[in-house]
Amino acid sequence: MKKNYSPPKQGMLGQIFDTVLVLVLVYASLMFPLLFKAAEKAENAAAVAAAAVKSTWESLGQNAIQQAQWIKLGYDPEKAATLINSRFDYTIDPMMLIVTIVVVAGYFMFMLKVSDKQYREVIAEKFDN
Amino acid sequence: MASEKITSGGKPIAMLKVLNPFHIWALGVGIVLVGEFMGWNFTVGKGGAYASLIACWVIGLLYTCVAMIDSEVTSTVAAAGGQYTQAKHLIGPLMAFNVGLYLVMAYTMLCAADALVVGDLMKSGAEVMGYANLDTKPFVVLTVAFLAWLNYRGVFATLTLNLVITFLAFLSLIVLFFAVDPLHQGVVLQHQALLTDLPYGWIGVIASLQFGMWYYLGIEGTCQAAEEVRSAGRSIPLGTMGGMMTLLVAATITWFVATGLMPWQYLGQAVTPMYDAATLLGSSQLQLMLFVATAFAAIASANGCINDASRAWFSLARDRYMPVFFGAIHPKYRTPYRSVLFLVPIAVSFAFTGLLDQVITFSILSGLLGYTFMTFNMIKFRKMWPLGSIHRGYIHPFHPIPAITLLTLCCATYFATFLGYGASLLSIMAFYILASIWFVVRRYKYVKRADQFTMPWPRPKGY
Repeated sequence: MKKNYSPPKQGMLGQIFDTVLVLVLVYASLMFPLLFKAAEKAENAAAVAAAAVKSTWESLGQNAIQQAQWIKLGYDPEKAATLINSRFDYTIDPMMLIVTIVVVAGYFMFMLKVSDKQYREVIAEKFDN
Repeated sequence: MASEKITSGGKPIAMLKVLNPFHIWALGVGIVLVGEFMGWNFTVGKGGAYASLIACWVIGLLYTCVAMIDSEVTSTVAAAGGQYTQAKHLIGPLMAFNVGLYLVMAYTMLCAADALVVGDLMKSGAEVMGYANLDTKPFVVLTVAFLAWLNYRGVFATLTLNLVITFLAFLSLIVLFFAVDPLHQGVVLQHQALLTDLPYGWIGVIASLQFGMWYYLGIEGTCQAAEEVRSAGRSIPLGTMGGMMTLLVAATITWFVATGLMPWQYLGQAVTPMYDAATLLGSSQLQLMLFVATAFAAIASANGCINDASRAWFSLARDRYMPVFFGAIHPKYRTPYRSVLFLVPIAVSFAFTGLLDQVITFSILSGLLGYTFMTFNMIKFRKMWPLGSIHRGYIHPFHPIPAITLLTLCCATYFATFLGYGASLLSIMAFYILASIWFVVRRYKYVKRADQFTMPWPRPKGY
């Protein structure tokens, strides 16, 4: 019979280090997209602000009832133009799409493969010993 | 079965089994209902009002599959940690570690977003009363700290509070629905004038699936209480499926009322759309009611999130996937108190970053990764322990159709996230990949192999 694996005991400093490391990773992944978005947002905001000048309800394509609701919400045409002209860009970059698919699929494949190897160790210890 | 835990004093002790199906309903719906008061409307921004309705029902189907699968597996693997414990028993330690992280991140980020909403709501309320520029930060801290204290003191009081305030918040949506005279178009509701064609075409419909998850995100949190319910086989399926029905009704009402009152361009970017809807009706009573209901919904959600995130973190620590210090249960209150306390400053600091869209996207993507896992989980569960080989509290029908449907809809939602939030998607994936490598290289050596399988089941087929 094979002896069960006996893990080492982790000291308090090691526990603190591991906890902090996970937190650093989380904050880094929260902040990282901002590097991409900052320039893009500034560019879009400038374009939207330029378009908002001299806007009318008609030029914004708002019918009478839509106009009435905007006014009830406290918006004039210039203020509403910022929201109305702000739009998503759904142009697909094929290379980015391929990279994303490879990353997501690769992540799950890696995880399932490594997990399966670890699971076999767990089952072997549980049922063989 | 009450599994044994070690308290700080070294004495074996278990969590209390005090919850019933209504508490499970309150836990699930309580976490999610805030999504009907804010956040769902970003679907309108991504694809227009009709796209939002389609997303509501398509993602409703995704969550129905989640609820069906979860009910079967959780009623069989009835232990704290929910999907994390399932992954440990069915897929393996690395998957379990990742699922545990998904849960902690999804709920902690959601809690941060809820606290931000409470703060913003207080600011809006103060403005109505003539106090401009109210600082929201003290309200964020107070909300999280008060709820953490409740969670520290005991699960029964925590979820009983959720039951009451969730029910009141849901009731407010029903009152609002009747207040807009829904049977007579053109009197209050103006769908004919406000509903436009799809502004981005069908690609916008797919894109809106991302925030469509906000209608239901967190319903799977019912599994976290599996170790604290009196009868897991009865309470989990009843509470979860009942919760899904409640949310489908609430989501449809919400969409119907809001799109009949606001132009889609406003609605798509509003922070508190239901409160705005009440304001548009010109009734101060309705406005006050929606103010209170939005606050209740956000508090109930934050409350459930602290409950679930702490249980997931506690489970990770108990199994040494994370530092074992957090795997303690309070000797008097029988709660995972160290995990509860640890998550308080984290939730507050996430809220203080002010990156609401990043925080929400992190929460949504962590949830989505968890749902993708469920498809592998379900297929393996039926393969490794076929029907009849072990006792199941509940058996979901039409297997494997729900699992295949779920995987298909998850893939569509990844694509939806790529449309507009591609950098966030890659960044969050990088986090989980680095964390996985760190687990394999460093943490796994602290894990006791045989302890990862605690269910009294026969050896799985194929192993």
